[in-house]
Amino acid sequence: MIRTRLLASLTSAAIALMAIPAAAQDSDLATDLDPATIGANDVEQVDVEDSGEGISVTVTADAWQDLGIAIASFATNRDEPTPANAQGTAALGHELARVVFNDLRFNGLFRPVGPDALPRPSYGEITDPAWPTWRGRSAEMLVHGYVRNNEDGRLTVGCYLYDVALQSELVREGWVVNPSEWRRAAHKCADLVYSRLSGEDPFFDSRIAYIAETGPKDNRIKRLAIMDSDGANHRFITNGQSTALTPRYSPDYSKIAYLSYVDGNPRIYVYDIGTGRQTLVTQSSNPTFAPRWSPDGRWILYSMAVGGNTDIYRVSSSGGGTPERLTTSPAIEVGGSYSPDGRQIVFESDQSGAQQCYVMNADGSGQRRISFGGGRCATPEWSPRGDQIAFTRIAGDFNIAVMTPQGRNMRVLTNAWHDEAPTWAPNGRIIQFFRTERGSGDTSIWQVDLTGENERRLRTPVGASDPAWGPVLP
Amino acid sequence: MNRLIIAVTLSSALALGACKKEPPEMAPPPPQNTMPTPTPTPAQTPMAAQPGSQSHFAMAMSGADTIYFDTDASNIDAEDQAALRRQAEYLLQYTNARATVEGHADERGTRDYNLALGERRAYSAKNYLVSLGVPESRLRTVSYGEERPVATGSNESAWARNRRAVTVMIQN
Repeated sequence: MIRTRLLASLTSAAIALMAIPAAAQDSDLATDLDPATIGANDVEQVDVEDSGEGISVTVTADAWQDLGIAIASFATNRDEPTPANAQGTAALGHELARVVFNDLRFNGLFRPVGPDALPRPSYGEITDPAWPTWRGRSAEMLVHGYVRNNEDGRLTVGCYLYDVALQSELVREGWVVNPSEWRRAAHKCADLVYSRLSGEDPFFDSRIAYIAETGPKDNRIKRLAIMDSDGANHRFITNGQSTALTPRYSPDYSKIAYLSYVDGNPRIYVYDIGTGRQTLVTQSSNPTFAPRWSPDGRWILYSMAVGGNTDIYRVSSSGGGTPERLTTSPAIEVGGSYSPDGRQIVFESDQSGAQQCYVMNADGSGQRRISFGGGRCATPEWSPRGDQIAFTRIAGDFNIAVMTPQGRNMRVLTNAWHDEAPTWAPNGRIIQFFRTERGSGDTSIWQVDLTGENERRLRTPVGASDPAWGPVLP
Repeated sequence: MNRLIIAVTLSSALALGACKKEPPEMAPPPPQNTMPTPTPTPAQTPMAAQPGSQSHFAMAMSGADTIYFDTDASNIDAEDQAALRRQAEYLLQYTNARATVEGHADERGTRDYNLALGERRAYSAKNYLVSLGVPESRLRTVSYGEERPVATGSNESAWARNRRAVTVMIQN
């Protein structure tokens, strides 16, 4: 018997779509956007039944990568219809385990074995694993889970991590989700397993905003699009009539700032997911680009060209405030990325004659160059952990590199013709970027870990550039 | 509408490319000393191009509607000055004409920087036109960064043709 207890109230998933006449600047937005699938609803965490064991095991830092983990089908108490899966909750349980398995597998984490290659545990075995079955396999760790259809139509998903040799439970959690968000429960389970075994912060339950690219190089269509961290739940936000570039999710996922040529000029718009409306970041006839949010969401950094000279500004994200100019040199200052405490900003400038990276205080004071590692330094992005800055290193080819905020210990992580625009995973352990093919100009999103060894391409429906990884979903 | 303008400026850019400082691999140079001809050749346009229209301007410029830049640079050299003088003459002759200077960058840059660089190039060309007496109120700028290449190759000659500022007429 499995009990659940409500710990928090759930924010209503259904935000009513408001019937507001579209303003001219909204004309490029897709018409079928459901805020619930673009923004973020709270996922309710619930207590789940324990297995009567509670031994704490710590895995040493360098050993966890080699752990074999068996991820079995999630069981269900009763196979019932659910909007989350046409075949019911039993089939959904299998899919949940597959999502957990793929999260770990595609990110080169552990040595996972998925549900397709494993026996299916019964519902009762979720809290009381059939140890003899699992001991015979090479897996040191075992993931079990269940899914239950609740009377209100929502789903309760439980996730358990066991140490097979010790026959003990390491951690468990449960969540209540809307059927449309069932994948989030799987990502939370993957995050739970990853965090418990590696000691790192979670990152799977997050979204990515990016630019979808189609068409030939000299007539390319660029659309604002979003997807989950594993590429699922892909949605186009703009319809492609005008070029969209460089999106950034607000930290609470309520808005997306991005550049659009919808009025013929490059301007930053702030798209409000709840209302489906967008507004200019600042009422100015000057071109604005390179939007970035402060970690607390209160500020938007942007670059603006006045009289041909580009500088960095910040403005309150609540709208209506007076923009504050942070850089004043006659050179190009562009980009900008806040340190996680919001007190400093790393940005790029060509005041030395070529693009280099600089750090300043959040009010623009104390500007100093940090990149002296050879080559040029562009698109710097401060790690959410604060200890690294990722950037595009231009030295013949374009590659992704990291260095400390003091500019030390520079390491180049990729080796292709043109890799650009790093964006950090929420836990600061993985970097996404986009790669451009020489000649065709075709683009794709890739990710690499901080060792530079685990590099992979993300699956996207069409070409993809300008990735922006949001924080862990609220 | 935009597509038409791009097509016209593209053919002009191709024609001029051959006589620039980093000559692309193509076409013989067009005659440089030909004065702008106010009367277009009817054979080249279905309808007689109106003075101040894009097609009329492009034909009159025969390539001088575009200037080219070195990597990361936005300075106006002697060759650019000659082209901009022809643009200015046209704009001073046809006083109703209004123009947009489009700034572009090659693909071998980062996206945000290229937007800033395109703006700097467009403004540099616009500034020169203003210094020649063209009223600033008749000129605007837009940066396309690396988003609208005219040459699609990934080589030096293609990049040289894409590092440009193109003057296009605003349709009244």
